[in-house]
Amino acid sequence: MSNIIWTWVAAFFTLAILSFLYKDNPFYKFAEHVYVGSSAAFMVLYVWVFDAYPKLVMGFTEKVGVQRYLLVIPLILSLFILLRFVKPLSWLSVWSISFTVGMAAGLGITGLTQGFLVPQVQASMLPLFVKGSTVGETILYTFNNLIIVFGTLFTILYFYFSREHKGVLGVSSKVGITILMITFGASFGYTIMARISLLIGRIYFLLHNWLRLV
Amino acid sequence: MTEFFKKLAGIDRRIIYLTVFLATAIPILTKKTMKIEPLPEVKKAYEYIESLPESSIVMVSIDYDAASMPELQPMLETFLHHAFRKNLKVIMLGHWALGLPLGQQALEDIAKKYNKIYGIDYVFLGYRPGVAAVIINMGKDIKSVFSSDYKYTPIDSLPIMRSVKNYKDIKLLFGLEAGAVGDAWIQYGYARYNLPIILGTTAVMTPDYYPYMQANQVVSVIGGLRGAADYETLVGIPGQASIGMLAQSVIHLVIIAFIIIGNIGFLVLRRAKK
Repeated sequence: MSNIIWTWVAAFFTLAILSFLYKDNPFYKFAEHVYVGSSAAFMVLYVWVFDAYPKLVMGFTEKVGVQRYLLVIPLILSLFILLRFVKPLSWLSVWSISFTVGMAAGLGITGLTQGFLVPQVQASMLPLFVKGSTVGETILYTFNNLIIVFGTLFTILYFYFSREHKGVLGVSSKVGITILMITFGASFGYTIMARISLLIGRIYFLLHNWLRLV
Repeated sequence: MTEFFKKLAGIDRRIIYLTVFLATAIPILTKKTMKIEPLPEVKKAYEYIESLPESSIVMVSIDYDAASMPELQPMLETFLHHAFRKNLKVIMLGHWALGLPLGQQALEDIAKKYNKIYGIDYVFLGYRPGVAAVIINMGKDIKSVFSSDYKYTPIDSLPIMRSVKNYKDIKLLFGLEAGAVGDAWIQYGYARYNLPIILGTTAVMTPDYYPYMQANQVVSVIGGLRGAADYETLVGIPGQASIGMLAQSVIHLVIIAFIIIGNIGFLVLRRAKK
């Protein structure tokens, strides 16, 4: 029984959101507000249940010695964040933000260098001739590597602005922008596919779970 | 001709929406599926999972929410069928709080179908905020991040977790990605700890993850509804993704027709203006 009720609730909200395509209306506004409100409430509960309570509250009771006292640091930083709402003390929230930003920046630099920049540069340094087991394979692999190597070089050259894009640099940067356009086109095609998939998902829900026509 | 295109240019956008709706709904209503030839990258992912020895421990990361459900939920369900059929042990966690119930529900439903026991064959660890910090610290010691599961059961008391200390004991990370958490898994999980990764991604994110595949930083990428349908075909459990592929193809043809007609109309009207 509860399943049926929740299916009807979901169907109502799906139709309410889709009704925006006709024109803005109170049903759409209601659904939008419920979504934003419930998502925020859910997030707060999740952080409390899965993080603050087990790591902090239970930590204070379970941990001993120095480990217990170390928990005071995140507790204080959390309280500082909440002080944003108390005007005379709101400057203290900057400490918590500084800690978060500093940590994220530190992790980001090492992560991007070690996990993105170096491996991606390595992956772009490919041989310009690859011998395959057949002539077709040789042509295919070589062509593939040529696209990656020169495509990368020409695209980088497009962003070289210290000289006017004329002559060899002009031709190279034109090839670079063409490669960029192909990339954007592929991404746009994938985006269309993603959005249509979401529509398929909702229509499938309405026809299958709600109306039971499929 | 010009008059026709003038009328077409002024068409109410809601008629286009209705056409798109019908082009999506009618193929679904026919209940027909189309022949799917799986992409090489999906075959690679499938074969990698097939090659894992029985009782290997795999980790599933739920990094999406309801907005990406049509693409990623079929991938998750197919993976869980695949894993439990092969008697792999599953550890589930996630970085998107709003999506975790979707993962938990699928895990419990599918585990029940294969008579799997909680704590022995699978476990649901839940959520910790922090993404990069969580991934890095789990690489050292999972217990330092998740000392208990989602029901506050200490993980030492769960048989599945007794043989797991860190990523060295995990044979595969299957990440379902609707955002940038996949980057974090690769940049910290793979780059620092050599964690083998297969990513199931939304179509929007797929082009961003292909370079990682090119550089062999991930085992493979399963992209969008197409990838989900391919994976369902390989595992032999056709589901929602396979049903959706006919609608996907029809609606793409409709959109291409709209683009061609729109461009012809634009050229005709421009010539008429001159």
